[in-house]
Amino acid sequence: MPLRDITLDDVESLAVGAWILGTGGGGSPYLGLLNMRALYKEGHRVQLMPAEELADDDWVAAVSNMGAPLVGQERLTDSRTIAKAVDLMERHTGYRFRGIMALEIGGGNSIQPLMAAAHLGRVVIDADMMGRAYPEAQMTSVAVGDLQPYPLTTVDCRGLESVVQAVPTWKWMERVSRKICVEYGSIASTCKAPRTGAEVKRWGIHGTTTKAIAIGAAVLEAQRRHEDPIAAILSVEPGKILFTGKVVDVERRATEGFLRGRTRFEGSDAWRGSSMELNFQNEWIVAWLDGEPVAMSPDLICVIDSVAGEAVGTETIRYGQRVTVIALPPPPVFLTPKGLQHVGPRAFNYDIDFKSVFAS
Amino acid sequence: MRRIGIDVGGTNTDAVLIEDGKVAGAVKAPTSADVTGGILDSLKRLAATGALAGKRIDGVMIGTTHFINAVVQRRHLTKVGALRLGMPASASLPPFCDWPEDLAALVRGGVWMVEGGHEYDGRPFMPLDVVAVANAAREMKALGLKAVAISSIFSPLDPSHEREAAAIVARELPDASITLSSDLGRIGLLERENAGLLNAGLAELARDTIAAFERSIRESGIEAALYITQNDGTVVEAAQARRLPVYSFASGATNSMRGGAYLSGLDDAMVIDVGGTTTDVGQLRNGFPREANSVVKVGGVRTLFRMPDLTSIGLGGGSHVVLDPIKVGPVSVGYRLLQEGVAFGGSQLTTSDIAIASGRLGIGERSRVAHLDAATCARVFAECKRMIEETVDRMKTEAGPVPLVAVGGGAFLVSDELEGVSRVVRVAHGDCANAVGAAIAQVSGECDQIFRDLTRVAAIAQASDIAADRAVAAGADRATLKTIETEDMPIAYLPGNAVRVRVRVVGDVADRGGL
Repeated sequence: MPLRDITLDDVESLAVGAWILGTGGGGSPYLGLLNMRALYKEGHRVQLMPAEELADDDWVAAVSNMGAPLVGQERLTDSRTIAKAVDLMERHTGYRFRGIMALEIGGGNSIQPLMAAAHLGRVVIDADMMGRAYPEAQMTSVAVGDLQPYPLTTVDCRGLESVVQAVPTWKWMERVSRKICVEYGSIASTCKAPRTGAEVKRWGIHGTTTKAIAIGAAVLEAQRRHEDPIAAILSVEPGKILFTGKVVDVERRATEGFLRGRTRFEGSDAWRGSSMELNFQNEWIVAWLDGEPVAMSPDLICVIDSVAGEAVGTETIRYGQRVTVIALPPPPVFLTPKGLQHVGPRAFNYDIDFKSVFAS
Repeated sequence: MRRIGIDVGGTNTDAVLIEDGKVAGAVKAPTSADVTGGILDSLKRLAATGALAGKRIDGVMIGTTHFINAVVQRRHLTKVGALRLGMPASASLPPFCDWPEDLAALVRGGVWMVEGGHEYDGRPFMPLDVVAVANAAREMKALGLKAVAISSIFSPLDPSHEREAAAIVARELPDASITLSSDLGRIGLLERENAGLLNAGLAELARDTIAAFERSIRESGIEAALYITQNDGTVVEAAQARRLPVYSFASGATNSMRGGAYLSGLDDAMVIDVGGTTTDVGQLRNGFPREANSVVKVGGVRTLFRMPDLTSIGLGGGSHVVLDPIKVGPVSVGYRLLQEGVAFGGSQLTTSDIAIASGRLGIGERSRVAHLDAATCARVFAECKRMIEETVDRMKTEAGPVPLVAVGGGAFLVSDELEGVSRVVRVAHGDCANAVGAAIAQVSGECDQIFRDLTRVAAIAQASDIAADRAVAAGADRATLKTIETEDMPIAYLPGNAVRVRVRVVGDVADRGGL
């Protein structure tokens, strides 16, 4: 399959679809979208390459922005900073990257590889390492695969550049890189441990950029036609509706730097008389229907505004919103016993056995 | 205490006199194109009722849609020099980057980005580049710019760079209107900066409009200080409104809600304001409308500052009605009801025609709508009821029934029994609720900041002190201050259990003597 041109319409769709795949977190893609509009206006263009097209000995950069979404609202995402993180990794390792991929397709980080690719003249690899958004570095497919967690570069627009040369585990990488990020002002552009083509083909979660674009395009089309956006999402993804209703209670608390809490919904339509509770740690983690756990990480739990079709985030959800809760299938890599150790319910301190919505 | 409240709406200018807590007079006059005429007219009508009769007036409070209309209609806008302090961050997203092109073309007088700004923890992000600020000011002068908007990273936490830059700009451009984004509050650089740019773009209109208001009052023979009502239901002295016109953007709807609270005696209730074309629903907490904590688009520009949290739907006394299948609004005949409504000899079926046919409304000629039977009217009212119930429920923040105050000329569309509503409260002078809301307005102060390494209680206490000081600076009497809104929100991925606290206090206008 040849390279595919990413149009500006694709980027607009990606922003909508990635926000849905953010499963409540991941940060809004809005500023990334503004950057891409500016880059396309200047004449930049980006192409998408299927992961299968990589040669085994190609090198691939995996990028993401790290930090507090709130700081990102003041120090606005600048497309050049993420390109600098990739450039630093090339200078540090001596590799020349064939392409750039997302660490995290959910939320604002979905657009970071496009910005780096535009500046550096590389392709975007159609894959990521989460298939959604997750809060920590060890919650990735490459961590499940026990691939090498280092080196890592962190860059700030003021010329601050750091390399984490080596760490024994992914959890150490999370701790050390988080410290650097806080020192930078709680925001940093990062290039994760470089991956070979063979590793991306074996451990990458393939086709997720295409998937996010398809979901977003379906929602935008439904909005234009005044049709049901939920049906539009389910027409392109084999998802399931878990609940339809409205928000009746939201509880949030910040612990260990994470936003934790729960949201309760009262049912309407087919769910009249039932109630759902969602627990979150930045992202939606477990869904309880009338007290029974019915969906949990790594299944993707997405809360969608029933009318607008836009994703509703854990930071902004509020009483009275009409929402539909849907589940989307997780990447298979997380369904193995090792995968569940990293991202199953017990990884988030819920003492329940994983049971997929999609297990027949 | 004797005050006149005036609401300058798109169609009518309403005026009321509030004396010792009661409505002592209320009039309506058509809004005039020249601003002054309509206000003068309404004041004359109010005088003609005999209510004023040579009494001393303590203040005239005016609410106006002038400033928001200028943005929406792209009229009377001034070119603005945008100065952002925060380089090298955010350079790829300069000021105006997400504005509609037509509006940007009218307001963008030039963009300057220099080093400066702060971190979330108070450290400077970069030292302020004072030389670059001075150079920018000289270039603005050469371009003939008269309005400047200054924004800086995390300026709601530390406004010192914005203030220092403003002083430098003022030396080069002593007559320029300068807007600081920190005066507009909220975290979110792009949205706060946008509000600042809009504010600076309204500088000349604000100056002319406030001068016209003052002239009208003088010509009417009334001697009283002028206050302008704001988005949050409070007032500021005319001089401050001239400086921050965006704070008066949504004062019409807010004044209706405040008036509804006052006339009903309820401090915690929902308010529904049904006009000719739209219905606004909001929630009163401690007598004030709840504030929006999210992005509000004004004329296509994303902003984030003090605005009321309202939902508007296309339902009003002039809404078009289609019977099969049943559909009400959002299109409306608006002020042409008296020509186009069926009961008035026109051909467009409206909600007012239904109300006249059913006997709810005693205007027009009922014989012209005699073909509308009771069952048909009931179906239309049921649809209005459904629309209202859903909107009211969306705006509630908790389950359980609440009282609903119905105001506005179209309040007859609100049924007495609504799901989720304990009772529908109707009030005398409900059709002038907006002018009443203006007349009774108080003064406020707000703090929206991030606190670290403090208990939640200590953070809220500190925020309350800051808000109180700001209210007093804005003209409030400290002894009358009370807290009307407290909100705290934990923040993800920041160390030190960071919490963002927003506190708002209000108090009576301090008696400055001699008024």
